[in-house]
Amino acid sequence: MIYEPSSIAVIIFLMFVGATMGLSFYLGRRGQSSQSYFAAHGQIPWFINGIAFAGDYLSAASFLGICGMIAFYGYDGFLYSIGYLAGWVVALFVVAEPLKRLGKFTFADALDAKFHSRGIKLTAGISTLAVSLFYLIPQMVGAGVLVQPLLGLSHWQGVTLVGTVVIFIVVSAGMVSTTYVQFFKGGMLVLFSLILTVMILNQGFSVQQGGIDGHVFRTLGPATDEQLSDANWLSEQLGTPAVPVPDVDWSNLNFYRTRISETGQVLTWSLEPNEAGQLLLREAQTFTRTQDGNILVNGLPKGRKRGEPELHPVGFLSKLSGERTSTGPLNPVSYLQELHGAEVVQWPSRVVKETDGSTTTVFFQKVTSGAQLLMPGNHPTFKGIHSDQLTDKVNFISLMLALFCGTASLPHILIRYYTVKDEVSARKSTIVGIGAIGFFYILTLYLGLGAMVSGALDVTDSNMAAPLLAKSMNEWLFAIISAIAFTTVLGTVSGLILASSGAITHDLLASVGKLKLTDSQQVRVAKFASVIIGAIAIVLGIVFEKLNVTYLVGWAFSVAASANLPSLAMMLFWKGTTKQGVIAAVTVGMTSSLAWILLSEDTFKSVYGLDPSLALVPFSQPGIVTIPLGFLTLIVVSLLTRKPAGSTVSGVA
Amino acid sequence: MNRNARIGLILFTVYLAFYAAFVGLNAFSPETMAQTPIQGINLATVYGFALILLALLLALAYGALCSLLGNGNDSSSRSDR
Repeated sequence: MIYEPSSIAVIIFLMFVGATMGLSFYLGRRGQSSQSYFAAHGQIPWFINGIAFAGDYLSAASFLGICGMIAFYGYDGFLYSIGYLAGWVVALFVVAEPLKRLGKFTFADALDAKFHSRGIKLTAGISTLAVSLFYLIPQMVGAGVLVQPLLGLSHWQGVTLVGTVVIFIVVSAGMVSTTYVQFFKGGMLVLFSLILTVMILNQGFSVQQGGIDGHVFRTLGPATDEQLSDANWLSEQLGTPAVPVPDVDWSNLNFYRTRISETGQVLTWSLEPNEAGQLLLREAQTFTRTQDGNILVNGLPKGRKRGEPELHPVGFLSKLSGERTSTGPLNPVSYLQELHGAEVVQWPSRVVKETDGSTTTVFFQKVTSGAQLLMPGNHPTFKGIHSDQLTDKVNFISLMLALFCGTASLPHILIRYYTVKDEVSARKSTIVGIGAIGFFYILTLYLGLGAMVSGALDVTDSNMAAPLLAKSMNEWLFAIISAIAFTTVLGTVSGLILASSGAITHDLLASVGKLKLTDSQQVRVAKFASVIIGAIAIVLGIVFEKLNVTYLVGWAFSVAASANLPSLAMMLFWKGTTKQGVIAAVTVGMTSSLAWILLSEDTFKSVYGLDPSLALVPFSQPGIVTIPLGFLTLIVVSLLTRKPAGSTVSGVA
Repeated sequence: MNRNARIGLILFTVYLAFYAAFVGLNAFSPETMAQTPIQGINLATVYGFALILLALLLALAYGALCSLLGNGNDSSSRSDR
């Protein structure tokens, strides 16, 4: 797909970045204490903090990832929306107030409030670092993926740009600037998602034969087998001389290949039998990477400018109920009803390895009913719910459990509780957060479905679905949405770097290492740590360019939920918790979830490139095993190390 | 256990029950999710929206109940930190 960097997008993007950096600089001018650097003096108003929660939490995975998943697969992306939001219920009802009451700057503070143990500070600090790093990688990769088509930069340039801006924000005024950047971004994200949704509803549905570039995807036939090998028949169908290309590598697949004599373009068609036993040919698209690194689209070298060979944008309705061609403006309810009765063209893909060493991905049409798309279970991650195997169903339950438990265990979310002045504010800001985040997730369903029929989708990149949807509607809106998507990354990454620098400075160096630091020295060390972590994040974002980002976010949630939640919850509600129990639970939760992931089918396939059936664990999502394991470890070890009656740590509640 | 925490746990359990039922239905009876309680809108969508709205309602209920019945932990009533 051709991405022409739009100058409006670049200008608005620079304005957003300039505004955030200017704000940070202004807020940081006064110089800081550690109270200010880590916790914004505890003076952030609860409403601001609530929207900042949204800005911190709603990362690229939520905005771009969920919309992209819904656009390509339907309902399944919404399952993430539901799971992510449900986690906030845990945060509000279980964690918010106690955390505020117990801690000062970091998650480890709260966990250690009653034990005063270096062991707890150490394990909690390490856990914070591990989860934050896992969460950082997909954000940085996401930034690189976004910036490429929007600004015309290469991946490493985009990642470096994000990293540098974030380091500036975090170093200049720490939590104060981070909070206001997140507040700004959170507000803009919800506002413009609402605007986009209203525009989507207003546009309604209409039947199309191709994407917004006007290319009509042809259907030839019905044809008999003899006609398929007849060049004359083929030339007549296409209106230009063409020959069939019988290709050894493609012989077992359900595709038919033809070459246009004049241009050398190789068109691929998927074969669809009709009732009379004849074949319909539906136009597909191919993307080939040759062994010497060249890229071909439909057999011709990929172009750079409009009109040159490129993959066509897709995403259109092939049929509306009642044989209408368009619906006119709709409301939130009728939009879903109309889609339920319509048919959409999906674009699944197959990868074909050819004998000359090149790899071709063919994107072919699949007409799917709206009713089917609005059902869970279309995406590979969720397909398991329709299988008969219990382990597939358990995998699904495990993921939903990790999402449910993960939110309240994420260090960069937990540290936001220290920026408000008291528990009442902690509670109120969480309620505001839930309102904003919940409202946003409802909008994501409409954004995703709108993108699905926008005619602007890039078959190779689902992450671009939301920005491209905006582009298909309005150039200015596209520019603003892209800038927001970019600041989305800035907001979350700032929070992550701050959480990590807190773990290093406050937990590991000061408490565990017993490094005596004056307040201003602590701030200086924290800023230095922020730069280092920011640099590491840049490197990781460049190295892991090809890794699937939603996958990594899932890792972070599973590790966070397994390592942090058991200790946090049990410490709050069970008097028998001992410090050894906490240390053991965090350690076991963290290592078991990590080990499980590294030995799973998904990792074998996507990371190591090995045969997934060799994987050592029965299903890929560790949550349902490792979260209870964390709880169990804490209970068992606490019982084994309990002190004689009268000297147990008193319960917190 | 203080008042707020107790209210919190009860509301949490309510939500957990609805969430668990949602996950269970999807895992063990996905065909049920295809039914359309409202014309043209399937149970999966209705239930999904309901879970999001329920989270917000319970959150607001929690806020209200804590102000009315809870232990009022604001900075004016505490001397530490």
